[in-house]
Amino acid sequence: MTTTRTAPTVQRPATASLSGKQNKQAGKRNGAAARAPWVLLAPFLALFVLTFLLPIVVAIMSSFTKVTRSGLFGEAGVSSEFAGFSNYAQALSDGSFVASIGRMLLFGVVQVPVMIVLCTALALMLESASAKWPGFFRAAYFLPYGVPGVIATILWSFLYVPGLSPLFDVAKVVGLTPDFLGANSVLWSIANIVTWSYTGYNMLIIVAQLKAIPVELYEAAKVDGASTWRVARSIQLPLIRPALMLTTVFSIIGTLQLFAEAQVVKTVAPAIDSQYTPNLSAYTTAFAYNDYNVAAAQSVIIAVAAFALSFAFLALTNRKSS
Amino acid sequence: MTATATKPASDAVRSKPSAGPDRSAGRRRSSTIIVTSLLVVVALYFLIPVYWVFVASTKSTADLFSTNGFWFAPTFSLWENIGRVVSYDNGIFGRWFLNSAIYAGVGALLATYFAAAGGYALAKYEFRGRNLVFGTILGGVLVPGTATALPLFLLFSQMGLANTYWSVLLPSLVSPFGLFLCRIYAQATVDTSLIEAARIDGAGELRIFHTIGLKVLTPALVTVFLFQLVGIWNNYFLPLVMLSDSELYPITLGLNNWLSQVDRLPEFYELTTGGVLLSIIPLSIAMIVLQRFWRGGLTEGAVK
Repeated sequence: MTTTRTAPTVQRPATASLSGKQNKQAGKRNGAAARAPWVLLAPFLALFVLTFLLPIVVAIMSSFTKVTRSGLFGEAGVSSEFAGFSNYAQALSDGSFVASIGRMLLFGVVQVPVMIVLCTALALMLESASAKWPGFFRAAYFLPYGVPGVIATILWSFLYVPGLSPLFDVAKVVGLTPDFLGANSVLWSIANIVTWSYTGYNMLIIVAQLKAIPVELYEAAKVDGASTWRVARSIQLPLIRPALMLTTVFSIIGTLQLFAEAQVVKTVAPAIDSQYTPNLSAYTTAFAYNDYNVAAAQSVIIAVAAFALSFAFLALTNRKSS
Repeated sequence: MTATATKPASDAVRSKPSAGPDRSAGRRRSSTIIVTSLLVVVALYFLIPVYWVFVASTKSTADLFSTNGFWFAPTFSLWENIGRVVSYDNGIFGRWFLNSAIYAGVGALLATYFAAAGGYALAKYEFRGRNLVFGTILGGVLVPGTATALPLFLLFSQMGLANTYWSVLLPSLVSPFGLFLCRIYAQATVDTSLIEAARIDGAGELRIFHTIGLKVLTPALVTVFLFQLVGIWNNYFLPLVMLSDSELYPITLGLNNWLSQVDRLPEFYELTTGGVLLSIIPLSIAMIVLQRFWRGGLTEGAVK
């Protein structure tokens, strides 16, 4: 990578017009060439500042602000003042919000490993010579990724509703009476939707990395008489580690951000309240209680928790490997 | 086995041949049967909900609840249902569809162009602040969209942008991950000596980017475009926070609006299943057709 970093502008013959000042300052560097990267970056940077940096600054600032409305309906004016950590204290003393984070941790501890194991197994099977029609299966598994999370949830929530869903007819034949939307089971019904949506996508990332393994390694293993299991364990799994880490980190972040699935299932499942997931909680705080400052504090807590968990996972796996 | 035996010929053309054929030698028929049947079972899991929604949207509301969900009812009312979906509320569904297409199409196209320009600049120029800029953008990859949506709403309402097309479109134009991918790809593929040659020929910097840079970057651009297209099409939280006017809704928000009415009016079951069917068709086709384009780009992101 370092070889490509050699500055093209330095080698450039100074043919175009050079302003005196810049000439003195930057030697051979030419005005147009020095401006070019910034011109190219400008549209991206402007939008990045507007839609990433500013909102983050706004979120952090408003999470430390307390807005007081005077008068019965706030008609006598609004004043805001620095509030220290009081919004954070309020967010963290809200039992439902803390419970929603705990719920997502439980969700993640079960769903993320299940999904990663499933997509790794699928990728290994598809890339093994034993699989027939790998193209068809790959497309079939990847298809749900093209179904928006909300639509997938609407789809599955119909399949969870007794009377509408054929799953209950099937279950009756086997002698089961499932309750997909009960207080204890609905979390796993949501986990099923998430698994259905993202397994194919994660599988494709792993397949891509499997395809990048040099053929010589397989040939060497074959010469040594290694079995399929042995090849998977000693060659494939170690070499797809970066892809596994990537998909796991993105899944951890995604789990804490869970929103659409819970919000949509809520319409058919009374067991889900308006603070079922951390994000749903922040949304409710902002738009139902109109308390944007506490909502901002909740958003910051969610983001920090996602970062902390991702880094903890990376640190843990790195220590194990070394 | 015959299918795998023909593979090497086509694979040899590619630069990195699939490892499949080399391991196929000692494979027994029994393992083929076991692996393939496992794959079939998993495929059923992924495909049955889609099959169900197709069957459900061919039924009338009465049949939907009284007949077997996995098989068609005697009366086939798919076209009626689709007609009702399309015509309900003066064709609001078409409007939502168009909105989604605008948000996703325009957003993904411009986002790809901006990411390409930025990634190319970061890869091919040496300038002060480059590492700072790149590091900041890289941090953006890890910031989830839902974390910025709420503060973005506060910001946009102050600017008078909330509840407009811009409120959904502007955030869709930024893809830190796309820029990251384009930078990696530009470092690896855009030849510095080619740029030098173009400079000596007197081409301007922007012209070099548009003629040489974009051309060489095309494979990465396809991946970035697809990522962004699906990302925007699937987005729900941002439009939910931003939009209150149902005329501006994308399809995800619109269908959820219909779903929330099924308790009062059971006919919305029909509208929603029909709408779900119509909405998953275009992107499912796109997924299957464009599946091979995902591979190359994903590796770039995963390996480095």
